[in-house]
Amino acid sequence: MTVPVLTAGGITKRFGGFIALQNVDLHVNAGERLGLIGPNGSGKTTLINCISGALFNDEGSIEFEGRNITRMPAYQRARLGVARSFQIPKPFRSMSVLENLRVPLEYAAWSRSEHRRITDEAMDVLEQIGLKGRAHENSAGLTQVDMRKLELARALAAKPRLLVSDEAMAGLSSAEVDEILEILLALNRRGVAVIMIEHIMRAVMRFSERVVVLDAGQKIAEGTPEEIVRNPLVERAYLGE
Amino acid sequence: MKGRAFWLSMVAALVAGLLLTHFIDNDYYFNALYVILQGTVMAVAWNILGGFTGYVNFGSAGFFAVGAYTSIALGKAFGQDFPLPIMIMAAALVCGLIGLGLGYLTLRLKGVYFSIATLAMAIVFETLMNNWAYVGGARGAYILTPDSHLWFNSYIEMLFVLMLLLTLGSIAISRALNASRLGRGLAAIRDDEVAAECAGVPTLKLKLISATIMGAMMGVAGAPYPYFVTFVDPASAFSLFVAVNAIAMPMIGGTAHWIGPVIGALLVGTAQQVITVTVSSELNVLFVGIMLVVFISMAPQGIVGLVQKFRARRAR
Amino acid sequence: MLSVDLFANAIVAGLLLGGFYAAVSIGLAITFGQLDIVNIAHPAFVVAGSYAAYILNSEFGLDPVLIGLLMAPLFFFVGIAIYRVYYAAFERTGQESLSGLAFFFGLMFIIEVLLIMAYGVDYRLVSAPYIGQSIDIGFVGLPYRMLVPFGVAAALTAGIYLYLSRTFMGRAILAVAQDRLALQLMGADPVKIKQFAFGLAIATTAIAGSLLIIIGPVEPSLGRQYIGRAFAIVVLGGMGSIPGMAIAALLIGVVETMVATFMGPSWSPAVSFGVLLLTLALRPSGLFGRK
Repeated sequence: MTVPVLTAGGITKRFGGFIALQNVDLHVNAGERLGLIGPNGSGKTTLINCISGALFNDEGSIEFEGRNITRMPAYQRARLGVARSFQIPKPFRSMSVLENLRVPLEYAAWSRSEHRRITDEAMDVLEQIGLKGRAHENSAGLTQVDMRKLELARALAAKPRLLVSDEAMAGLSSAEVDEILEILLALNRRGVAVIMIEHIMRAVMRFSERVVVLDAGQKIAEGTPEEIVRNPLVERAYLGE
Repeated sequence: MKGRAFWLSMVAALVAGLLLTHFIDNDYYFNALYVILQGTVMAVAWNILGGFTGYVNFGSAGFFAVGAYTSIALGKAFGQDFPLPIMIMAAALVCGLIGLGLGYLTLRLKGVYFSIATLAMAIVFETLMNNWAYVGGARGAYILTPDSHLWFNSYIEMLFVLMLLLTLGSIAISRALNASRLGRGLAAIRDDEVAAECAGVPTLKLKLISATIMGAMMGVAGAPYPYFVTFVDPASAFSLFVAVNAIAMPMIGGTAHWIGPVIGALLVGTAQQVITVTVSSELNVLFVGIMLVVFISMAPQGIVGLVQKFRARRAR
Repeated sequence: MLSVDLFANAIVAGLLLGGFYAAVSIGLAITFGQLDIVNIAHPAFVVAGSYAAYILNSEFGLDPVLIGLLMAPLFFFVGIAIYRVYYAAFERTGQESLSGLAFFFGLMFIIEVLLIMAYGVDYRLVSAPYIGQSIDIGFVGLPYRMLVPFGVAAALTAGIYLYLSRTFMGRAILAVAQDRLALQLMGADPVKIKQFAFGLAIATTAIAGSLLIIIGPVEPSLGRQYIGRAFAIVVLGGMGSIPGMAIAALLIGVVETMVATFMGPSWSPAVSFGVLLLTLALRPSGLFGRK
């Protein structure tokens, strides 16, 4: 279980004079659950934007399952098996919940889908996520928690090898957090590696096998949840001097 | 609309058109119907990029006029009896390439830049035509219509049936696109481009396809125009009115569904004919502008959206 | 061989014309550059300003520039009213991209058609003692109908620039686009500020319109030619930078005059649009834009 599915080496990203990421290394093993934490503005979202292809890193390289994807556009990465959910849900508002899932099934996972069974496959995903009852509702009218589930369902419908979950639980109640956590764990049991970005420490620590900490664009710590909790650098990054 | 009902109504429209040419002799009606149908093709074409994909084209008149000038140039080069279908195909090719090129230059940028570039494109081509003496330059060109009009009573009747066929064809293409995998990709782009890209949709490629189809269809609408009016100058071919109609009709009908621009074009087009005859052509122009502004401010989903809302309320 | 005096005259005439273009574009630099509102109807308002100057000039013999200044407050309130509609119908619901664009397109069209219905498609002009006069410096002629607009435009541009950079409200307008946080710290309501800024932008069209009709006769559809010019200038100038906009305006003015002099005036409309297309394709951040 130590074959890396994703290897990012020496990632640097600048916005004008501002250095958002500086020489960050990150790897994810196949089937691993990785937590990515750090204070606001530490570069977490920039890093996953570089991984998913929404932004291109200025320096460094990214390999996915042995292929160099550093300059590959986002849609091709999605086809290879990199999926992400968005912190602020971005449903396709003119479509029903079911149609929302047809998009990744017909594009990202097209080569791995049974073209005649797209609707069934979408329903299967909705069943796993617990949105089956809302399949034909308009996606714009969903509640917060269902919107988050739809984000995950859409990522799942892309049939990923690696899922990047960007703060899927922010603003949810404790019971709802557990619900999302359960979905991610179930997904992981089927062999999908997960990078979880989260502010809710309870969830990250329970979920992750390994945790990486970013601060001011640099990786300051890496280890098991227990090690991270005891790391004085991490405490300083969060609490200040 | 289910498949069979759709194709039946297409055939019915064609048969109705042919019957009209059989029973009505007054050319005025065919003139009016031609204008309405031409507007329908333009509206359907605009909607493929504007409604399905979410990119606003202000330069519809440019595509339309280039289509018309393609016919004029071919007519000058090969004589007035050069077959019209080939002219239409040539116009589709030229205008499709313009759509592709313009898209390639600007569709990577924010949507507004594409919109402004379309305005720019129309003026650049208008300037070119003003300076191109071969097709008449600023003074315009007279077009002799061919003597032959097949088995129809007059040339305008033939043009009307031709435009009817083109209209039905463009509606069929638009409908097929709307329900297809490609159409879902376009809708995803319109709803959220970043999310679409992350769901594996090759957004740039799809936008280029969409812009190309739109351009080609508008070229098709413009290609028979010289034979309809028999005199074309840049000022009339690049008329802003063409561009406004192409936007107003889908916006009034509703942009998300393929039938929206058809409803909008038939309603607005017919109203325009009535107003032009009964009141004045200036008022007709003002009417479209005001309808456009009123609809997009008060009913952004158009007539189709209003009907859907009404149905949803009754279902509850 | 190019004659030197023709060349020198073209440069000077181009600079004067470019200065006037700055007056047409400055409002758009605020709405499009700063507020992110794609007001395609901007040049139509300029033409409306020209007609206001025409009416008051022919009725009461007032000086066109004075009329422009008098009409500016009225245009300001018209601008505020339009922004209210725009905000309520599009910005608040997040539909400004597609419907908002079409809204301004429709507005432009309505202004044009109303002018045609009221005054026809004939060219209209104003009279003032300085129109028709000129001063000659060497072989370069400086007609007052170009000099006066240049001077007024320069004053307008400088005034707006100072206003935006020196006053509280001006800085708030800049912050609306660039720095939401600073705006919150200033305790300002972004909607109110945008509304004011939009009013200000429309107010400048009253003045620009009076200059337009000093330069030459005006007809209702003249505004269309200025769509490309104004957008080309704002994009080339780096979206919202006033000095960048002014330099771009001068540049476009000179290039257009050169083309008109050496290739013929029928080619000049394509200049700004060509520049615009090239800028968008090659360097969308403009000549002076932040990347």
